[in-house]
Amino acid sequence: MSIKKVSKEQPDKFEFNQDNLNLANKIVLNYPSGKKKSAVMALLYIAQKQNDNWIPLAAMKYIAKFLDISYINVYEVATFYSMYNLQPVGKYFIQICTTTPCMIRGAYKLVDVCKKNISEKENELSTNKNCSWTEVECLGACISAPMSQINDDYYEDLNVKQFENIIKDILKDKKPKPGSYRGRLNSEPEKNRKTLLENKNA
Amino acid sequence: MLEDKDRIFKNLYNDLGSDLDSAKKRGDWINTKEICNKGRDWIIEEVKKSELRGRGGAGFPTGLKWSFAPKKVGAKPHYLVINADESEPGTCKDRDILRFEPHKLIEGCLIASYAVNAHKCYIYLRGEYYNEGIKLQNAIDEAYKSNLIGKNSSGTGWELDIYMHYGAGAYICGEETALLESIEGNKGQPRLKPPFPALVGLYGCPTIINNVETIAVIPTILKKGSKWFSSLGKPKNTGTKIFCISGNVNSPCNVEEEMGIKLKDLIEKHAGGVVGGWDNLQAVIPGGSSMPMLSKEISENITMDFDSLVENNSGLGTAGIIVINKDQDIIKCMARIARFYKHESCGQCTPCREGSGWMWRILERMAKGEASKDEVNMLADVTKQIEGHTICAFGEGSAWPVQGLLRHFKKEIIERNNFNPLVKNSKNIPYLIDQHILEEDIKNVKS
Repeated sequence: MSIKKVSKEQPDKFEFNQDNLNLANKIVLNYPSGKKKSAVMALLYIAQKQNDNWIPLAAMKYIAKFLDISYINVYEVATFYSMYNLQPVGKYFIQICTTTPCMIRGAYKLVDVCKKNISEKENELSTNKNCSWTEVECLGACISAPMSQINDDYYEDLNVKQFENIIKDILKDKKPKPGSYRGRLNSEPEKNRKTLLENKNA
Repeated sequence: MLEDKDRIFKNLYNDLGSDLDSAKKRGDWINTKEICNKGRDWIIEEVKKSELRGRGGAGFPTGLKWSFAPKKVGAKPHYLVINADESEPGTCKDRDILRFEPHKLIEGCLIASYAVNAHKCYIYLRGEYYNEGIKLQNAIDEAYKSNLIGKNSSGTGWELDIYMHYGAGAYICGEETALLESIEGNKGQPRLKPPFPALVGLYGCPTIINNVETIAVIPTILKKGSKWFSSLGKPKNTGTKIFCISGNVNSPCNVEEEMGIKLKDLIEKHAGGVVGGWDNLQAVIPGGSSMPMLSKEISENITMDFDSLVENNSGLGTAGIIVINKDQDIIKCMARIARFYKHESCGQCTPCREGSGWMWRILERMAKGEASKDEVNMLADVTKQIEGHTICAFGEGSAWPVQGLLRHFKKEIIERNNFNPLVKNSKNIPYLIDQHILEEDIKNVKS
């Protein structure tokens, strides 16, 4: 179980904007009638996106009312799942996978890059306040290790130098190009691919 | 080596494009109506005959699972749920299916839904796969537009709606009942079984839950015939499988191969060999982090299928192969895996909630050489206290890798950790004891 801290500074009010309200109403219809509660995870994502990538308590109360469930139901879901941020994170939220397959290919060197260039500790904003970093568990891109997720995108096959450049771009508010940084095609073996060659040359 | 013509996932590396037109060129959505028209019993019988075993880790026969769903729909509707919550360390096969072969999955959803009488299908996708989710949703939209699914799916008269549900970073939601809890809008904590989901599942209704890869191979099996599928691989371990080879290899990759292929062939032929050569190999985790590791000696000749791995005290799991060479500290590697399980335990059962943390802390100390000799046996005992004493298989998943370490590397651990606590000599203290009490006792003995 991960320990989650709730931000001390909380806004008083939260409401979905019109677009998100429409989206939320649409998502509720994905579930059978009377099972509106199922939409709680999707609605928390919407709130997170609307509120600069973190969820204030006011949003949980709002969602509870919206779905006709108790506040604690929303709270226990928001605190259980690790992808809901309950305190502010950077505009660029950098997650580095350090689970064993990434670790043995040098993930902790990427962590050092973050410590040096962003902040000494995890989950602290950089001096220019536009990014923060955290270590996470397996992101499911093990054959592209070491890798990092920045907001919604995967950055794969990294080395220290490339990752330093990525962080430098981010600090300048430039979004780097996602994907493999060794230029390989998705999950094919880099050298000596032996399968589906007909397709490759098609 | 498997021939290309027998590979199911022709677009594994996205050489050809994942859109509907490209997918149709590869044979997707062809004869779907004819297959459904042959009837539920025929479909289930074919899947049974193909001897397909679930690709999500447990290896349960798929046809048998489908036959558990009630034959007739009663008062409650049936559901099909696809488990795309791929988060087992070492595994990244479903990701490629979701982004490059989504139509195989959707076509499989239709056939499976038809076979188990479900009009609604939920695909539970891990939250981190945001971009893969967008690709899958695009494919679902394409399928709706072309009437392949919807009110009259592919002209079969069967109504099917497919919805996506994003998870939010909880490994435990890969456990089928935790996944159902999560769809229902709760914390992802597994349910007691029985009742099994096939009878009491999502919203209390009969529910069949399958892995992405399992469902995605179904259309090809039915089109090419169960005989074709069962002619590949070994008896009871038939067909093809996507293997993910990660860690200390020269070319980490995903590759679809025949079941029962030799592990050494996979590593040497497809993944470019172990970094530093085969002799530099230390250990291999064959089926995602939950499966006990194999020593170099075993890795030499082992074949990759459910049964032969079980014979060697391990398992095929998700076929996520993690290669660890001699440049790595094996104890540290396993300590990191233990930390993963400590982080991901849902906290419902005490042995797992507490035990996963114990294993992690002990292993971290063992990696540094700060543990005592007794703790080697204590660690083994902790794994036994967790295994079999929890609601779901997470307990086994966290205990087995540690048992694997103790099985093959006990000597290394003992060599590094020869600290002998003072108190043990003067007092007969049982070893399951809080560290601070132990330290106080040491002080007393010294004074």
